[in-house]
Amino acid sequence: MFEAIAFYLFSILTAVMFYITVTTKQALFALTALAAGMIFISAFFFILGADFLGVVQIIVYTGAVMALYAFGMMFFDTTRELKERSGSSLITAGLSILSAVFVVLIFVAPIVSTKIQVTAPLIAGATNSQSVGMVLFTKYLVPFELAAVMLLVAMIAGIVLAGKKMDRSLTLMAEEEIMIAEEANRKVLL
Amino acid sequence: MEIGLTHYLVLSTVLFSIGLLGVMRRKNLLMLFFATEILLNAVNVGFAAISHYYNDLTGQMFAFFIIAIAASEVAVGLGLLIAWYKRHGNINLDAMSSMRG
Repeated sequence: MFEAIAFYLFSILTAVMFYITVTTKQALFALTALAAGMIFISAFFFILGADFLGVVQIIVYTGAVMALYAFGMMFFDTTRELKERSGSSLITAGLSILSAVFVVLIFVAPIVSTKIQVTAPLIAGATNSQSVGMVLFTKYLVPFELAAVMLLVAMIAGIVLAGKKMDRSLTLMAEEEIMIAEEANRKVLL
Repeated sequence: MEIGLTHYLVLSTVLFSIGLLGVMRRKNLLMLFFATEILLNAVNVGFAAISHYYNDLTGQMFAFFIIAIAASEVAVGLGLLIAWYKRHGNINLDAMSSMRG
């Protein structure tokens, strides 16, 4: 009973938050609604007994990814109103529904077939975090290490791409210095 | 009123189609990134549900790796976006036609 109430409550909240994210014109609204939706998603993980996944969802998504987006937004002119694509909304809706049907088929295909089998069963007597650790460091050790290397590569790529000319601080420079630097920058770009 | 696997898969599909709607109608690349995050989250819900109803931890493992991939995608994508914005002054998708043949 309580599970059903929680499921429907969080479903509606998540869907509404994500709908606000994809429809609003204000970047800040979209960011905030997305962060809220991520937290509501973690509620499903807690209902489903995947405690560790829920905690990771809150820490990584709402903690790290959203903070990264918030920092990234400082670089862009987000106050400007954007004119969104004004193409046929009928085509968009049709394509979305078609894609959603395909997703349902993809999900249902293994359920309908009887050949589905458990490859990493739940360990009896262990909490969720313990069993996740046991499976992650035995069966999925190589993907885990690869993911670590991938995160390192992504971090270096982010620093290299975004960190150019970050040795100069605009707040510590005088007005004339900024003008001179911008002139030099424009000449380089031209 | 029992909540089954189908409920979660339908929810996952609804969230996925909301994300697809965002991918199709957004012009601002930052908003496009937000829609991508919604897609990844929708799939994560499906994985966690299957993991729970089949008593199998593989779904949760896949969800972890998806979260790791999403984090690195954000880092590289935002870096590219900032580099583009510094050079061109906008992040409009229609303006990115410099490689058009």
